[in-house]
Amino acid sequence: MHSIPGRRLIMGLFLIFLMLPIYWLVNMSFKTNGEIISTMTLWPHAPTLQHYRRIFTDESWYSGYINSLEYVVINTIISISVALPAAYAFSRYRFLGDKHLFFWLLSNRMAPAAVYALPFFNLYSAIGLFDTPWAVALAHCIFNVPLAVWILEGFVSGVPREIDETAFLDGYSFPRFFIKILVPLIASGIGVAAFFCFMFSWVELLLARTLTSVNAKPIAAVMTRTVSAAGMDWGLLAAAGVLTIIPGALVIWFVRNYIARGFALGRV
Amino acid sequence: MDKTVNQKAWFLVLPVFLVVAFSAVLPLMTVVNYSMQDTFGNNQFFWNGVGWFKELLDPSTDLGGRFLASLGRNLFFSLVILAIEVPLGIVIALSMPRQGWTVAACLVTLALPLLIPWNVVGTIWQIFGRPDIGLLGYVLNHIGLDYNYVSNDIDAWVTVIVMDVWHWTSLVALLCYAGLKSIPEAYYQAAQIDGASRWAVFKAIQLPKMNRVLLIAVLLRFMDSFMIYTEPFVVTGGGPGNSTTFVSIELVKIALGQFDLGKAAALSLVYNLIILIVCWIFYTVMTNAGVERKVQAEKEPAAEPKPSAALKPAPVLKPKEGVV
Repeated sequence: MHSIPGRRLIMGLFLIFLMLPIYWLVNMSFKTNGEIISTMTLWPHAPTLQHYRRIFTDESWYSGYINSLEYVVINTIISISVALPAAYAFSRYRFLGDKHLFFWLLSNRMAPAAVYALPFFNLYSAIGLFDTPWAVALAHCIFNVPLAVWILEGFVSGVPREIDETAFLDGYSFPRFFIKILVPLIASGIGVAAFFCFMFSWVELLLARTLTSVNAKPIAAVMTRTVSAAGMDWGLLAAAGVLTIIPGALVIWFVRNYIARGFALGRV
Repeated sequence: MDKTVNQKAWFLVLPVFLVVAFSAVLPLMTVVNYSMQDTFGNNQFFWNGVGWFKELLDPSTDLGGRFLASLGRNLFFSLVILAIEVPLGIVIALSMPRQGWTVAACLVTLALPLLIPWNVVGTIWQIFGRPDIGLLGYVLNHIGLDYNYVSNDIDAWVTVIVMDVWHWTSLVALLCYAGLKSIPEAYYQAAQIDGASRWAVFKAIQLPKMNRVLLIAVLLRFMDSFMIYTEPFVVTGGGPGNSTTFVSIELVKIALGQFDLGKAAALSLVYNLIILIVCWIFYTVMTNAGVERKVQAEKEPAAEPKPSAALKPAPVLKPKEGVV
């Protein structure tokens, strides 16, 4: 009843469609550049780790990964910690301008990064944060904070109000109630929100590239270095690409049981 | 569950307000400032009033022509994307396995493209579509199709659209799956007793329950495809010619490429305004849908039980409280 005829076939075909381009990238990353250019092979005939070795030994390469992870983690922490109280407020109380404020937040999630690239560049240069992970982390807050509020609000609303009231009757102060009772209750929601903040900060490039030059350069920007006078270093590019997929895959694995609800932003 | 009025809640919202105001309002002020001025470099600015805006909306000028053309391309792109991804996403969600380890495996595989940095998505498809080293381009050219996304407009468009379908259909599918999961088993049993056809079950039970998540899916997909930048930029660079130059690509070209601050700022504001309007329409529809549901749920228990009442999702479910 739940599913449609031929569902296995449809699902199978779609998964193949999803995996094929990724497989091709992985395949290429294990080939030598000679093999990539000269022949069309479905799997590496002379598998090599040379591209991966180069990335892990060359500091300008692996520091790109560290820089990226740095601003992603900072951004996730900031977003979740400011969004939690706000989500509680939106879920439980009515206050002056709440609807307008919520819409304003939501509209920022939708604002095109291209619009903000140049003003952010000016702003963060002016306050001396340019080319630090903080600049990128703060810039990414513009779309991650609203998203975190939106997701967490859905989860907080799922907690019955009686629990708050009982806790306050038992003499819990607000901060203590928040940390001891509410946060553990919506732990899965916090996990989901953190996952989304991680995800959108990890995949964004335009702002990350505009706000960094040397010291905090994200891996995505380092990848453009594979274009050189001698032509494209396809193998190296593919290996770097494969390595950017891995953190995402790991994070998905951890939240796999909450993924469906998380994508519905906690409001099904 | 009515919310209590409490103005102190503002203190809880204050941190969010400050963070977002710092990263949204402050830069936007700069943009408004630039949009009224002209510069010849050296930090010298001249008042230009609404000149840029006039030019922007007049298709006969260079700036206006470029803006309106890219806007048209972008709208067309977004509509094509929605027309493909929404039905496909629903079909994929309906095709999900029921239980067992395959569920987790499918979910993880589906979510994988969403977690790949956008420029790597571009790189993957750039490589995959190349006639010399990419599987797709190689196969297409060997079965006799003259496929080359670098020189042919239509091939470039097809590549960008297929790439977006590859990248984002999973989001729609996962949202719909979440909607489907929340339907109680009893509904299906009732439908079976009523002898409802597969199509009737879809129309009367599954689609109404997916309404809400579908709205979120359409909103997110429309917005994200409307501001798409990185993926087409990496694959086609906006070419061949200008055929895949979308609004964001045009904007970055003007702002960071030519450093034409006034024009770029004016374009940004109009662009932002369009997004804001669409966003507001969706928000209103979503809020109204929430209210309607509440009203319906309050009425239903009192209403006479109808023969087809089993198919109606209203009485058993409590409407979800929420701002949206």
